[in-house]
Amino acid sequence: MHYLFYLFAAISIISALLVVAARSPINSVIALIVCFLSIAGHYILLNAQFLAMVHIIVYTGAIMVLFLFVIMLLNLNSTTEPMKKMSTRVAAVLAGGLFFLTLLAALRHGLNVQEANPHDDGIGLVRSVGLSLFSEFLLPFEVSSVLFLSAMVGALMLAKKDAPSTLPRPYIGAGNVGAAAPPTMDKTEKVTV
Amino acid sequence: MEAINSAIRTVPLEHYVVLSFLLFSIGIAGVLFRRNTIIILMCLELMFNSVNLLLAAFSAYHSDPSGQVFVFFIMLVAAAEVTVGLAILVMMKRNVDSVDVNQLNQLKW
Repeated sequence: MHYLFYLFAAISIISALLVVAARSPINSVIALIVCFLSIAGHYILLNAQFLAMVHIIVYTGAIMVLFLFVIMLLNLNSTTEPMKKMSTRVAAVLAGGLFFLTLLAALRHGLNVQEANPHDDGIGLVRSVGLSLFSEFLLPFEVSSVLFLSAMVGALMLAKKDAPSTLPRPYIGAGNVGAAAPPTMDKTEKVTV
Repeated sequence: MEAINSAIRTVPLEHYVVLSFLLFSIGIAGVLFRRNTIIILMCLELMFNSVNLLLAAFSAYHSDPSGQVFVFFIMLVAAAEVTVGLAILVMMKRNVDSVDVNQLNQLKW
């Protein structure tokens, strides 16, 4: 059992490194999908079956497909990929490594936690998560639908092309000779003449 | 049914914590490392997932389903965030014809 944990851990770490290191965005997305699938494997090992299914459906099924779709829509590939300077990249790796060291240092005396409840292997099944979700967390669950609605409206507002305006076109400059100039322009012309 | 044992019985909790730390650090290094906005969003997803894994591990350790409900809500928020983020990305590509975050410096003082 615990060999599977280390196998999934190795897969998720290597694919996470590939996400950062891959030159083409498509390769990054595929590495991230592998990483998410291995994390779903971790959930199954933890007996969190509901989370594993939701993770595969939401992340691998919806979010990553959205990423792939946008990459293909924008036609991104390794030739259009902007890269940072070498010094910035070294600084980024150093910053990440130092952050990891800081977090590890917080663990140097180990985790002093005791199990809060007697062990129960059925905790991640759909039944217990659903009971908790629809009794204790019913209000946040309903509020999250409002969040989704606003996110959907916001995404539509942001991504749609601006419709041609029905208002009269503003005066641009000296290019349109026949058009009537706005009154401010008239005034300055009279002053100069 | 009782034969299914959670991995939390055999794997120490510290290993889950270290794995989450490592994934989170890789995400942070990725955000600083890349200039492509879409990869930065993907590294954000990686950080979300490391936190999710930690919450699920502690939830299984303490035998409390609340942690897994929190993971569920984090997934909802991540899905909404990705939708809006990718819409901003498409708009950015349309307006400045680039996905480079260094193009978005108009608000810099």
